[in-house]
Amino acid sequence: MKRTPLFDVHQQLGAKLIEFGGWEMPVYYSGIVAEHLAVRQAAGLFDISHMGEVFVRGLGAAAFLNYILTNDVGRLRPGQGQYSLMCKPSGGVVDDLYVYCLAPEEFLLVVNAARIRADVAWLQEQCSQRPDPRQVRVEDASEQWGAIAVQGPASCRFIEVCCEGRSDRGTAVSVATELKKNEVAGFRFRGEEVFVARTGYTGEDGFEVVAPAGLLAPLWTALLEAGRPFGAQPAGLGARDTLRTEVCYPLYGHELDENTTPLEAGLGFFVALEKGDFIGRSALIAQKEAGVSRKLAAFKMIERSAPPRPQYAIWKAGADGMRVGVVTSGTQSPSLGIGIGLGYVATECAAPGTRVEIEIRGRRAAAEVVRKPIYRKAD
Amino acid sequence: MANVPSDLKYAKSHEWVRVAGDVATVGITDHAQHELTDIVFVELPEPGRQVAAGQSCAVVESVKTASDIYSPVSGEILEVNPELAGNPGLVNKEPYAGGWFFKVKMTRPAEVETLLSPEQYLAQIGPN
Repeated sequence: MKRTPLFDVHQQLGAKLIEFGGWEMPVYYSGIVAEHLAVRQAAGLFDISHMGEVFVRGLGAAAFLNYILTNDVGRLRPGQGQYSLMCKPSGGVVDDLYVYCLAPEEFLLVVNAARIRADVAWLQEQCSQRPDPRQVRVEDASEQWGAIAVQGPASCRFIEVCCEGRSDRGTAVSVATELKKNEVAGFRFRGEEVFVARTGYTGEDGFEVVAPAGLLAPLWTALLEAGRPFGAQPAGLGARDTLRTEVCYPLYGHELDENTTPLEAGLGFFVALEKGDFIGRSALIAQKEAGVSRKLAAFKMIERSAPPRPQYAIWKAGADGMRVGVVTSGTQSPSLGIGIGLGYVATECAAPGTRVEIEIRGRRAAAEVVRKPIYRKAD
Repeated sequence: MANVPSDLKYAKSHEWVRVAGDVATVGITDHAQHELTDIVFVELPEPGRQVAAGQSCAVVESVKTASDIYSPVSGEILEVNPELAGNPGLVNKEPYAGGWFFKVKMTRPAEVETLLSPEQYLAQIGPN
């Protein structure tokens, strides 16, 4: 199993470690619920160094990425990022990722840990088929770079500890808290460049800090020490999963794979069909015109039951109910105190308010399809 | 350091047994509740069901995962803890008291002797 540069730090913090996508990662430190609530109410620090960092550079980088990714890279100015998907010609998803424009000819992709190899192979294969492949350079820097996510409403109160002075790349700001959602900037930490982006995977305000591997341990310590007085605590993959499930963010391997399209996953907003040709476009246009036969739905349990889990069957409610789908993610919601989940269901059962049943160890428990996100912050 | 009361017997699969006559009360250990963390649901067997030692007969669900619970002894389920339906967190708070799972009327009380002593169970879970 692979270990991130923060492995020793996790052990010192008493983390419970598990295998995730080939990596030995903390699932929790104090407990999933406590860490989840800390992120909703104060802040949490996540080691996301298992994720991949891929730089795409060159004169042709922007045009190449716009052909590879579903969202419109043409809308990105230096210092801006966007959520995007990378599809096969069939429309099936190779990966979902964040793409940041660092400079007109330099982009950073942050990709899923378990997909690094598949993504880099796909990017290189596509690159080699370009009319002039020398105009695009794909560099997998996943071993040399890592990242820490700082998430939660209190993040703004201590994020500047990782930034020495003004940004010198990307969005021009004097402090990281001036970044707007999806903006990115290069700062210095101990003299080396780190990228701070205002984004995350929890539904809370927060930042992701991408840094050279050797800086991660001092960066983590600096952030945690600065954040403790504001209620920040280390948080593991367990809380990361419950947080993203509450706000219905997809997880590759659960909601997304090569046999699932972004339209089925409800991610049409991130598919710019009008931007010009890109891989998967004609299949996605055809699917949009024909209508999807299944859709990713969010649901809440409406009777007391064990929490829903991936692979559980979803049935239409009622005596004549048919099997209409399958759960892809499910848990007990720490914020709401009930079972929640995501799953693919026949399109006619995907409307909020539809009564369904989740089969849990042979027994069916009542649930209701709800609007996404399942959890919404009180304003 | 996990709490391992000296008056109980233990199964390798982290259940404890408290014996009174031919009735065994079963729960999960402090070490087990700590490893599972936040327990959100407990599925218990129907009273009257016959169980064999080592047979899975309950499920404990934490936020992260579902885990099977095995009866350490053979017999008939006499009673299940009615409090756990509404308050599964009792298993975390009081694993050896209010968080008990079920009682078994033992058909083979000698099986208790094959279970682990507190010292043996402590040795199994190691120091932490």
